[in-house]
Amino acid sequence: MSVVVAKNIHKSFGALQVLKGVSLTVEGGEVVALIGRSGSGKSTFLRCLNGLETIDAGEIEVAGHRMSSKPAELRKLRRDVGIVFQSYNLFPHLTAGENIMLAPVQVKGLSRKAARDEAQRCLSLVGLGDRFDAYPDMLSGGQQQRVAIARSLAMQPQVLLFDEVTSALDPELTGEVLAVIESLARDGMTMLLVTHEMGFARRVANRTIFMKDGVIHEEGPSAEFFSAPKTPELQAFLRSEVG
Amino acid sequence: MEYTFQFGPLLNYLQQFVSGLWLTLGLSFVGIFGGIALGIVCATVSTSSFVLPRLAVRIYVETMRNTPLLVQIFVIFFGLPNIGIRLSPLTSVFIALVLNNGGYVAEIVRGGIQATHRSQVEAAESLGLTYFQTLRFVILPPALEKVFTPVVSQCVLLMLSTSLVSAIGVEDLTGAAMIASSETFRTMEVYLIIAVVYVLLNFIFRAVLNMAGLMIFTRSRRRLLGRV
Repeated sequence: MSVVVAKNIHKSFGALQVLKGVSLTVEGGEVVALIGRSGSGKSTFLRCLNGLETIDAGEIEVAGHRMSSKPAELRKLRRDVGIVFQSYNLFPHLTAGENIMLAPVQVKGLSRKAARDEAQRCLSLVGLGDRFDAYPDMLSGGQQQRVAIARSLAMQPQVLLFDEVTSALDPELTGEVLAVIESLARDGMTMLLVTHEMGFARRVANRTIFMKDGVIHEEGPSAEFFSAPKTPELQAFLRSEVG
Repeated sequence: MEYTFQFGPLLNYLQQFVSGLWLTLGLSFVGIFGGIALGIVCATVSTSSFVLPRLAVRIYVETMRNTPLLVQIFVIFFGLPNIGIRLSPLTSVFIALVLNNGGYVAEIVRGGIQATHRSQVEAAESLGLTYFQTLRFVILPPALEKVFTPVVSQCVLLMLSTSLVSAIGVEDLTGAAMIASSETFRTMEVYLIIAVVYVLLNFIFRAVLNMAGLMIFTRSRRRLLGRV
């Protein structure tokens, strides 16, 4: 079953056309990496998928929900779509555990007890089972990002979106976050990641997509995509990324 | 300059002073908490996307912040009867104090809300929280924590301002002092005494409000008492 279906998405910010007809289908259990230079539209596209950006034209269906501008419809969609941000965006006044419990209690109506158990389980899953009562400012960047992943997981989403989640982290912390994502991939989580970690995309993603100037420029199974890029633009991009 | 201080005659007025003190406490309490509640609601409205309510709040806040409290009391007590609304002096000053404090608190809290980063709202919305849940659980708690100190200052100022109610004959601490002073002519003594009482009230209010803040905002408490 397709978890994400996006057809011919267009999006402009004022006069600037950021997305010029992007279509993408992601099947259940698939891990798809989105790569490209800054400004190529990859993050904007990802944000369109859970309605953080409104699209100008096209169709989006995620986790069986059609994208809607109606708040109630949009909330239904968002319950089933997790997103993790570059800057973690944890709620600073809540502990790690409370950050995770908030949505299950308020949105899903779980009892505090059930939500607490679920939060504890998700924290253990990202290797932070002992930091339930820590506030975000007591955690390292990598730990904060893992809490953010756990927060998304607690809603039991059908798909997880990752928006450059390691870009603010040093290599060591990047490693611990990527390890969590990799273990989720092994467990069969459907994921769409915008990333600059080429090695990671190659190893973990089933499919990689290269975006350029608001369109999908080239895509393919990760192995071939990286070993035998077809277009000169992708070849140039990969050369510059490897350095 | 020869003046003999005589506090003795004032002892007869102890009861009036005490009941005046209670009224000052009551006026301050209602003004502070009514004003904080009203201010939070107004700040929320003024940062929402509803244009007309936003404009209404703007006009209210600017009116309160740009006119003297005494004039506000006069308008409510002396002005409203002209259009058929007759209120007792006590009701009038309760309303005036809440409205006045509400205007100031609204402006302070608005600043706190606007300092909350947009990404916090995005994270909350992405989890499926409604607008009100986002406000209640994500935006307001850190916003109120940020502006807690200026809100306390404003509320202590309001406590001092309650003395203005004596202008329409309400017998708060200052009102009681006015009566005692005109009957005993020990003016200096009377006002010195209540000045000291106001100073003490000031300290007590500040301490109580700050304690309340530490109980409400767990993060500040942690900062103060060390990391746990």
